[in-house]
Amino acid sequence: MSDPTFVRVKTMMPPGHIRTPAYLRGKTGWIERKLGPFGNPEQQAYGLPGDLLTLYRVRFTMAEVWGDQAERPQDTLDAEIYEHWLEPV
Amino acid sequence: MPHDHHDHLSPSGHPYRPDNDEPLSYWQTMEIAVRELLIEKGVSTAAEINAQIDAMDARSPADGAQVVARAWTDPAFRDRLLANGSDACREMGFDIGALHLIAVENTAQIHNLIVCTLCSCYPRNLLGMSPDWYKSREYRSRAVKEPRKVLAEFGMTLPEDVQVRVHDSTADMRYVVIPARPDGTDGWSVDRLAGLVTRDSMIGTGRVKTP
Repeated sequence: MSDPTFVRVKTMMPPGHIRTPAYLRGKTGWIERKLGPFGNPEQQAYGLPGDLLTLYRVRFTMAEVWGDQAERPQDTLDAEIYEHWLEPV
Repeated sequence: MPHDHHDHLSPSGHPYRPDNDEPLSYWQTMEIAVRELLIEKGVSTAAEINAQIDAMDARSPADGAQVVARAWTDPAFRDRLLANGSDACREMGFDIGALHLIAVENTAQIHNLIVCTLCSCYPRNLLGMSPDWYKSREYRSRAVKEPRKVLAEFGMTLPEDVQVRVHDSTADMRYVVIPARPDGTDGWSVDRLAGLVTRDSMIGTGRVKTP
């Protein structure tokens, strides 16, 4: 197994149809798998052709997402995040 | 005590269901308008729309149960299902349309739970319509924050050493859980095994039936 690639979800809060959940913005996880390309839903939601983007499944620890409030810190949460929402760590 | 506080129950003991004769909501009106326009302009016929509704209603958790039971009995199929859930379902002849499916497998050490916090994404093209609670704000918000409490309320208290993996269906993929095959089912046929697989066990909120 190669070393995991860590990524951070950008903290931006643009208006409109966004499929990056607010509770994950600013959180760091690692890439579980790469998917796509898929059309950008932020454009498709308005009837525009969506730019093709790579979609990543990113895995976070509950400790990273919820801090001290995590039920069990080492449990995990996976979410699909489009490439333009991720920055390298 | 026949007259104590039972005015809200019917003679058969069930609560009365309120009449749904309030005006249509904005989105209900929009749906009817779009459907009628599609028919008027000849894009679709009423029969085609009804056929699609029938096809969706015909899908049920029994289809997913067949997929799970096959994975339990056919290790090569299990590998293909984990590698590409959609292709594996199509290989079994299920008409899942454009569904992009990821199958995640429970083991003695890992328990998977599916949720869609942003709306209510669900692998409808395999499992049929989702349960009402899956679409509730309560389930959607709590499943990611306190999955163990949610699971306990569903009757599954997980040991501390089992890892919970929550999957939030935020974008294009849909998820199905492959529950662990129960003990005491050696030599069972696929059809008999499929009878043990419940809808909730494929969402991660329930267990399979015990043989």
